[in-house]
Parts: sequence; C-alpha cells; structure tokens
Amino acid sequence: MLRLERRPEASQMMSYASPLIAVVLMLIGGLLLFSALGKDPIEGFKVFFLYPISDAYGVSELLLKATPLMLCAIGLAVGFRANVWNIGAEGQLIAGGIAASAVALYFYEAQGAHILILMVIAGAIGGMLWAAIPAFLKIRFNTNEILVSLMLVYVAQLLVSWLVHGPMMDPDGFNFPQSRLFDDSALLPILWEGTRLNLAFGFAISALLVGYIFMFRSFAGFQMQVAGYAKDAARYAGFSAKRMIWIGLLSGGGMAGLAGMSEVAGPMGQITDHVSNNYGFAAIIVAFVARLNPIGIFFASLLMALLYLGGEQAQQYLALPSSISNVFQGMLLMFLLGSDVLINYRVRWKEVAA
Amino acid sequence: METSILSSILFATVIAGTPLIIVALGQLVAEKSGVLNLGAEGMMAMGAIAGFAVTLHSGNPWLGVLAGMLAGAAMSFLFAVVVLTLMGNQVASGLALSILGVGLSAFIGKPYESEILPSVGALRIPLLADLPVIGDALFNQQALVYFSWALFAGIVWFLYRSRSGLVLRAVGESPSSAHSIGYPVIRIRYMATIFGGAMAGIGGSFLSVFYTPLWVEGMVSGRGWIAIALVVFATWRPFRVLVGAYLFGGVMVAQLFVQGSNLDINIPSQFLSALPYLATIVVLVIISRDQNTVRLNAPVSLGQPYRPEA
Repeated sequence: MLRLERRPEASQMMSYASPLIAVVLMLIGGLLLFSALGKDPIEGFKVFFLYPISDAYGVSELLLKATPLMLCAIGLAVGFRANVWNIGAEGQLIAGGIAASAVALYFYEAQGAHILILMVIAGAIGGMLWAAIPAFLKIRFNTNEILVSLMLVYVAQLLVSWLVHGPMMDPDGFNFPQSRLFDDSALLPILWEGTRLNLAFGFAISALLVGYIFMFRSFAGFQMQVAGYAKDAARYAGFSAKRMIWIGLLSGGGMAGLAGMSEVAGPMGQITDHVSNNYGFAAIIVAFVARLNPIGIFFASLLMALLYLGGEQAQQYLALPSSISNVFQGMLLMFLLGSDVLINYRVRWKEVAA
Repeated sequence: METSILSSILFATVIAGTPLIIVALGQLVAEKSGVLNLGAEGMMAMGAIAGFAVTLHSGNPWLGVLAGMLAGAAMSFLFAVVVLTLMGNQVASGLALSILGVGLSAFIGKPYESEILPSVGALRIPLLADLPVIGDALFNQQALVYFSWALFAGIVWFLYRSRSGLVLRAVGESPSSAHSIGYPVIRIRYMATIFGGAMAGIGGSFLSVFYTPLWVEGMVSGRGWIAIALVVFATWRPFRVLVGAYLFGGVMVAQLFVQGSNLDINIPSQFLSALPYLATIVVLVIISRDQNTVRLNAPVSLGQPYRPEA
C-alpha cells in the first residue's frame, strides 16, 4: 500500500512544484465538475480559461482584476511570513474604499491633482485603521487576530451599506444605494488607451517591488521571517513581537485599503455596497499559492483573476452561476495544502507484511 | 415591558441561539481532540443548502436535516484528510474549507434562490408549555431546540463521564502519550472532526429549513465564525457554550428589544445588525485579557499536527 515517508530534509523543488500540482489538480477537478454538470468539459475549459484572454481587451481586464489581488496579497504575505494571520483584508479593503470615497465626495466638482493624492492616502490610512483594531487588541489583550479581523469584515460591510443608504447616497439617485459618480479629477488615469486598466496597476507592481525589498533585503523583513519559522528563536534574539504584529497587520491593511481606493476610483467610479468582489479573501489564496513570495504573487494573482473572468464567461456562455469562480478558488487552495505534504514527505509503495 | 413582548423576545433569543449551540458544541468536541477546524462557516453553508434542497424536493424537513448533517460531515472529512493524513496547516486548511464551502453552496444554491419552504410547526411539550413567560419560549419550540439540549447533556456525559471521552481529551492534551499507550490518535481525531462537521451541517440546515425557511447566498453570515469564537469564550466548557450561545442569540435579535422598549429611537438597522460581530470582539477581549485563562483551558495540542512515527 502507499505510505508516506519523511524526507531527511524538506524538498526545495517540491515547495515550488506543489503549487503547480495544485493547479493541475484544480484543472482536473474543473473538467470533472463540467462533465458532472452535463457540459462538454473541453468546451467548458475553453470558455473558462481561454476565451477571457483571447484578445487585447481581455488581457487588460485580466490585469485590472489582478490589481486588487496583488495589492491585498503582498500586504497579507508580509504578515503571514511572521504568522500574523490577518484574514480581514476584505473589510480593510472596504474601509479604504470608504475613506477614499469620502475624499472624492468632499471635493465633488473640484479640480486638481491633490484630490487623487489625498484619496490614495485616505484609502491606505482607512485600511490601516481597520487593521489597527485587531493589531491593538492582539498586543494589548492577546485576542485572536483571525477572529477579530474577520468579524470586522462584517462590520465594514454593514458600515458601507449604511453609508450608501444614508450619508453618502446620491441625492439625485432615485434612492439607489450608491454614491454620486465621481468627477474625472477623482478617477485614476487610464494606463492603456481604450481599456479600463488604470494607474492602480502601477501601484500594484510598485507594491510587489517594495514588498520584495522589504522581505529579502531589510532587517525587519528578516526578523519576521525568523519569527515565522521559529517563534522562540526570534524572541531569544530579542526581536520585538509587538512590532511584527504592527507591521504585519498594518501592511495588510494599508495595501487592502489602497486596493479599495483603486476600485472606487477605478472600474467603479463611485461607491456602492459592493465595493469588493471577495478580493480580500481570494488574496489569501493568492498569498498561499504564491508561497508568500512577491514574484509568485504576481503570477498567482493573474491566475486568480483568470478564475474571476472565467466565472463571468461561464455565466454568459454556459449558463452557470458565476460563483463557480469561488468553487475553483477553494479547490485550488485545498489541493495546494494537500500537496504540500510532498515537501516534507515522499510517497512510497510498501508491501504489507503478511 | 409587557409579558407577551418579553415572552416573544425570549422565544426569538432561544431560537437564534440554537444553531450556535449545535455548531459550537460540535467544534468543542473536535477541539478537545486537538483539531482546530476554522471551516465551520463553510460547513454550515453546505449544511444549509443541502438541507434546503433536500427538504424542498422530498417535502420532509427531517430528511433535509439529515442531508445537512451528511454535507457537513463530508466537508469535515475533506478537511480531516488534508490536516490529519496529509498534515496540512490547520489554520490555512480551515480557511480554505470556509472559502470552498461558501463558494460551493452559492454555486449549488443559485437555482433555489426564489424558493420558499413551508414553515415547520413547533413541538409543544404539554404542561410545561403552559408556564407563564418562559413556557412558550422554552417548551413550545422547534424540535431542534430540544435536540440542542440533548446534545449538550450527551456531550457533557461523554466528555466527563465516559471512558471514550477521557481518551478523546487525552489525545487533545498529549497525542504522543496517548499514542504510546496504544490509542489510535489519528482515528480518534478523524471521528471528532467529522462529528464537528456533522453538527455544523445540522446547524446550517436549521437556518435554512426552520429559522428562515429559504436559501440566500451568504445566509450563514458569520455564525460559523461566531461559534468558533464562542468555544474560546466558553474556555472549552460545554455549559458556558450554552450560556454564551443564548447571550449571542439575544444580541442577534436586538431589534426586537428596541421595538419592544417603546422608546422613540431611530437606529439604522445596520448598526443593530453589527452588534453580534462587535459583541464577539468584546467577549474575545474579555476572555483573552488574562492569558492564563485561555492557556489553562485550551487543549494543549490544539492546532498542532501530529504524526505517530512508525
């Protein structure tokens, strides 16, 4: 029978191969899912993974969708490396979107570059404030940051729902739960003519670069890595655990807030009660699939963005609910965590002793 | 406040607390064996849609509850394979299970969004139900309310009075000692995890079949997470889970208190809906303030992978 046997040391190769194995398993799972639903699996595969990026506009939409994922995932990865489990990026994204929208609506019909700059700052600060709550409670009262950051997701969703039904509602909007459309001065400039791809993609690439430098070239990044591998060693070396919690949560919150800003000032152009499309949760999957590595995050975000676009296509051409994207995302992470066993173990065939 | 209003608030509190009791007690058993499954939200969502779909097609709510239970158990089996056999990270795998369950339930549930189930009548216990104020709230209730009490009694007996319960707790405290005296650690953890999943599934089906007999995407709305917080809040003691669940049930029906108070206050509904989540944070702060309370009560090996060597 098949047995797992511990490797003498962790396999470097497998730690890179396991995300690829997970992607392959997800694709197989997808083919099975399509057949189970009575759809031609090859056709389903094409609709899901090829049609969305078959032209230049499709590629621009892919990059647009990948932008908030990259931003959230790089911020989360900084914390995850030190075992700071911020899983409330979804709420921090909404908080950033709210703060940026407040600036945009305050300066409604005003002109000038300062508006966008203020929106970027407000978005990041909004997300950081939302993340500061679990950080403060963790440091001061030792509360579990997973549960607190997650509860705040629901609170943020209710907060934005109240705002767009009340103070931020468009006065001429026939009571629809949405704000006014922002002025051009409060919208991010388009990077690629004829598409919706905007400056936020530039933010995301810069964030990946800064994240890379922080993780691999800074002492604080090194300290967090040590703390992630061996908590006691980090404490013995005198690395401040409090500082790591702050850095871990605030980087996640700040980046998620920026992602929220780039949604309201980008493809949405206003604030509604659907600021996020589960990007904050999908980014957790991105961070894991990417092995918390900025280069990996770039590619994993593209893959995750493709799953989003594929879901939309599947809705249009296969009459399947677009939540099929979430099914693929969940499968991917489950398969990844399962195949990670191959990093420390190998599979051996052993005769059962008679 | 009139007695009839008080009685109806009490009634609503008990009913809102019931799924939390069932789910949190299931999680408590799994955690006592050392397995931390953060996937309760996803398992409840799958239990809810399975329960709803089967009830709608069969017309029998009890088949629905059974289906919900099986759906939750299947989800937790998947989790158990990843964390127990393949030694995956429990925190990450639980998150993955939540994301998968919420996504899969939304996917399966799309065609059911416009359907409504007939509401199931209460099960009235003679004599006791005639008591003033508490009679209706406690003894003229959904059958699953009585089930949650039986579950509580059963789990207290199992954990603290039975030999198997002792073994289960030993596995959670020190898997290597339990293994060295010959107990099958992994098998026991499998069973405890699947029991937790089955209870989460029942809790989910209670929501979609009895509580609000309809299916809406995201209808579990954080109850799975609140149940996990509840186990911490209860410092892994069943009686405190029971009390805590009714406290949360009361917070969830807060709008009834506001309506019943005859006060002329106009609070946006979103603020009242946020109360359970804020209350969760507050109780976590209260219970975690003293690190020793949590450390002394938490199963020692909670969340740690264990693999018996040879």
